Amino acid sequence: DGSDDNEEGSAVENEETVKGTERKRATPRTRRGHARGRDRHGDEEDEDDEDGTRRTGHRRHRNRRRGRAAGNEASDSDMEPAKARKNEANQKSKEDDEEEEDEKGGKSGKGKNEKKGDKKADKKGKKEKANKKKKDKKKSGSGSDSESEEEPITEEELAKLKEEVEEKKKLIATLRNKPWKMKKKLSVLKEAQLFVEKFEGALGKGKGKKFYAYKVMMTKKWMKFQRDFENFKTACIPWEMKIKEIESHFGSSVASYFIFLRWMYGINMILFGLTFGLVMVPEALMGKPYGSLPRKTVPRAEEATAMNFATLWDFSGLAQYSVLFYGYYNNQRTIGWLKFRMPLSYFLVGVGSIGYSFMIVTRTMAKNANDDGGGDDTSFNFSWKMFTSWDYLIGNPETADNKFASITTSFKEAIVEEQESRKEENIHLTRFLRVLANFLALCTLAGSGYLIFFVVRRSQQFALEGLENYGWWERNEVNTVMSLLGMFCPTLFDVISSLENYHPRIALRWQLGRIFALFLGNLYTFIIALMDEINLKARYLLPFTLEEEKIVKYNMTIWEASLYNGTIPENSTAPPIQVDPADVPRGPCWETMVGQEFVRLTVSDMMTTYITILIGDFLRAVFVRFFNYCWCWDLEYGFPSYSEFDISGNVLGLIFNQGMIWMGSFYAPCLPAINVFRLHTSMYLQCWAVMCCNVPQERVFKASRSNNFYMAMLLFILFLSTLPAVYTIVSIPPSFDCGPFSGKTRMYEVISETLEHDFPSWFGKVFGYASNPGLILPFILLMVLSLYYLNATSKSYKEANLELKKKLQ
Amino acid sequence: GAMGGSASLIPQDLLSEYQELTFLSKQEILLAYKRFSELLPKEERESACSTRVPKSQILTLPELRANPFQHRICHVFSTSETGDDSMSFEDFLDMLSVFSDSATSDIKSHYAFRIFDFDDDGTLDRKDLEQLVNCLTGQGEESRLSSAEMEQLIQNILEESDIDKDGTINISEFQHVVSRSPDFASSFKIVL
Repeated sequence: DGSDDNEEGSAVENEETVKGTERKRATPRTRRGHARGRDRHGDEEDEDDEDGTRRTGHRRHRNRRRGRAAGNEASDSDMEPAKARKNEANQKSKEDDEEEEDEKGGKSGKGKNEKKGDKKADKKGKKEKANKKKKDKKKSGSGSDSESEEEPITEEELAKLKEEVEEKKKLIATLRNKPWKMKKKLSVLKEAQLFVEKFEGALGKGKGKKFYAYKVMMTKKWMKFQRDFENFKTACIPWEMKIKEIESHFGSSVASYFIFLRWMYGINMILFGLTFGLVMVPEALMGKPYGSLPRKTVPRAEEATAMNFATLWDFSGLAQYSVLFYGYYNNQRTIGWLKFRMPLSYFLVGVGSIGYSFMIVTRTMAKNANDDGGGDDTSFNFSWKMFTSWDYLIGNPETADNKFASITTSFKEAIVEEQESRKEENIHLTRFLRVLANFLALCTLAGSGYLIFFVVRRSQQFALEGLENYGWWERNEVNTVMSLLGMFCPTLFDVISSLENYHPRIALRWQLGRIFALFLGNLYTFIIALMDEINLKARYLLPFTLEEEKIVKYNMTIWEASLYNGTIPENSTAPPIQVDPADVPRGPCWETMVGQEFVRLTVSDMMTTYITILIGDFLRAVFVRFFNYCWCWDLEYGFPSYSEFDISGNVLGLIFNQGMIWMGSFYAPCLPAINVFRLHTSMYLQCWAVMCCNVPQERVFKASRSNNFYMAMLLFILFLSTLPAVYTIVSIPPSFDCGPFSGKTRMYEVISETLEHDFPSWFGKVFGYASNPGLILPFILLMVLSLYYLNATSKSYKEANLELKKKLQ
Repeated sequence: GAMGGSASLIPQDLLSEYQELTFLSKQEILLAYKRFSELLPKEERESACSTRVPKSQILTLPELRANPFQHRICHVFSTSETGDDSMSFEDFLDMLSVFSDSATSDIKSHYAFRIFDFDDDGTLDRKDLEQLVNCLTGQGEESRLSSAEMEQLIQNILEESDIDKDGTINISEFQHVVSRSPDFASSFKIVL
């Protein structure tokens, strides 16, 4: 008993050192009184166990006693001298126990935690409920093991305890969702955490305790790691402050453009990483250096101008014969000491970029669709205007004033619209005007398509006659015309749409649709004209068949023979003469040509955008600001006034620019790099321009449902952009004299070549079987069926949703 | 520079608890601490965690300065017993958590209701709605709605949202209406 006394004494001491309430100090003493009879027992069983199991033993102890005594429960909590606590019996009245539970409930065995717990010991609220639940469970389980003291915890009890711990964990996870004050949340959190900590160790008793404890620790570490990673990711997001500033000045719709821009930047960074790291760098480091092969050298004829700035800006000369374009790459199967498979890498990077882009766009669409929720619902028009129209991100008084004005206008308009149900007057006039407007729009589209076709044809003429005879305009006609069309036609559409007299949201949809059609038409006309040009060239200069190869090769042998002074060697027994690669005649390289066109288009587009911003926004703002003093009418309110930020135009421009990148990056690995640079500078330039030269829009209405509209357009453009590349991979023979696929009949043959050489033979066989049409067709059928099934289930879910909604009302 | 200093002023365990209990990330909490302590006079900055900032100071924050509901926001999130709507750091964190990007629509709508409930009686009745409209239309006389327009507007709103037809909007009706709006979560946002 003496030892027990000491322990109890120390227990009291411990409790007294802790800042506890009066009650707490009182309880051990009272408990001690009851405990005397049980001391021996308590001692015996507890000496062997460690701290964690002691607690369980303590509980076991208690449970058994509960069976004997009248439903007494001692405190769950332990302190360091846990033994002492165990020695205290639970022969107490229910009420005392419950009070004790409330105070000590959830305290762990560590003293430090007890201190923390004590601070919040006053809050009874949730704790009581949780504790009562706990107690009820314990009580119900107590009767089962009133046998010997060495009996392990029953499965039932273990399961219940686990359930409680899970509940507490769920509570902790959802605490931030509760609309309580921080103080209350803190206390509930602490209590729940202590409970979980205390019992998680205890839960592991019996089978696999160590494993359970290990699992718990790993889960905790994992959660901490996840949280740190989230923090790190948030810290890595660039331009957060800039966007926030724009949000506070212009509202969230303008800021959404910049957020979209940033997202595009992320995608382009990844594409850049792929092309740069897996294609350009290996070739630069491990491939044959410049000048070693004909395809890697500037031809003698062009050498003089190869380093001029004008040539470089045009991406010919030295820029053309470098890792930037398709033609530079050699068709060696492996290069360098690492045996890096260059052609395979080129092919896979091309296909992989497309695959990655599809995946990420679809994923973002799915995420947006989730957020969107209900979709189009006009049943709460007024309530939404009332409750959700204020943009809390606005921090600028001027913008706030604008917002007030627009809200007032929208209220008044909505009231008027509601009161006078549709003015039926002049419906015929409206219809006629709308038909007229559509006709005009179609004319514009057709006109712009024809103009592009015409201009591309003219550029072919110029090329045939030699570009040196013409000035800057003729050389850059195509790009300039395309960019100018992209600039002026949308404004034209805007004017046309004023005829139509639609609600602004519907008018915006029409506008977006028309601009979309314009860009699409321009892009495809351009490609068709380009393809035409290639074919023409091929037909007039060299046909695209094996004939071409033979002809050039024959030319080359003749030329070589001339170096041998006369005789054409039958076989290559003579030692190969060292010829400067610059002098070797070259075959055509249409891939590089296509790549160059895309690069030139991108660069000119970039220049046009920047110049438009500088002139259209900046100079205009300067003009309005400074000439206002000496002008007849008020420049700021009337024409031209400051420009507004055109969200839809900019977003569409971004989308189409990306489409061009996707189309061209297979032929010019440098395109993603150029685009990354372009987006980076765009961000800074446009942020500056918006803050400096633009004014917040007058009609501030949300186009938030347009989010998925833009994503859908992006997906569509992605699909259309990858069609040409896929077509060329599958159907057109690669140039025989340049690029990583030269010498093959089709580009995808690199895959079969790899399977032959690098994989064991059975792999090739398996692949052969798998690519059998007999297997592929059923597979496609299966996919179509599963698509249908998923679509049907999603429809049924939507219907069920609507039913429930109706029921609610 | 200042960030490092403020990090040491919130104890680590408290910081991780705040992360657990709010929708804010660690950087956001530290930034909130920095901005909060800047509202206090120099001498009191050390004990920013336990000091209360008077409402007038809170309203100088640019994020709240232009907001027509600034007084209501301070009132709803303040735990001050004296009713002066002063805010402690924890109140401030609560507010930022509800207005953060990652907060759920549920908790946002709950607090939106409390903000719009001008008389704090747990329902939005006609008077509350009238005051709400006046807040939204700005301070100028010419931008206010006429009483006929106001009447019509409130009538329409009650028709749409008052499901049990008792002439007031309670919190479940409010949440029902607002949760269906696609714009609500993105507009009910304040970021430091």
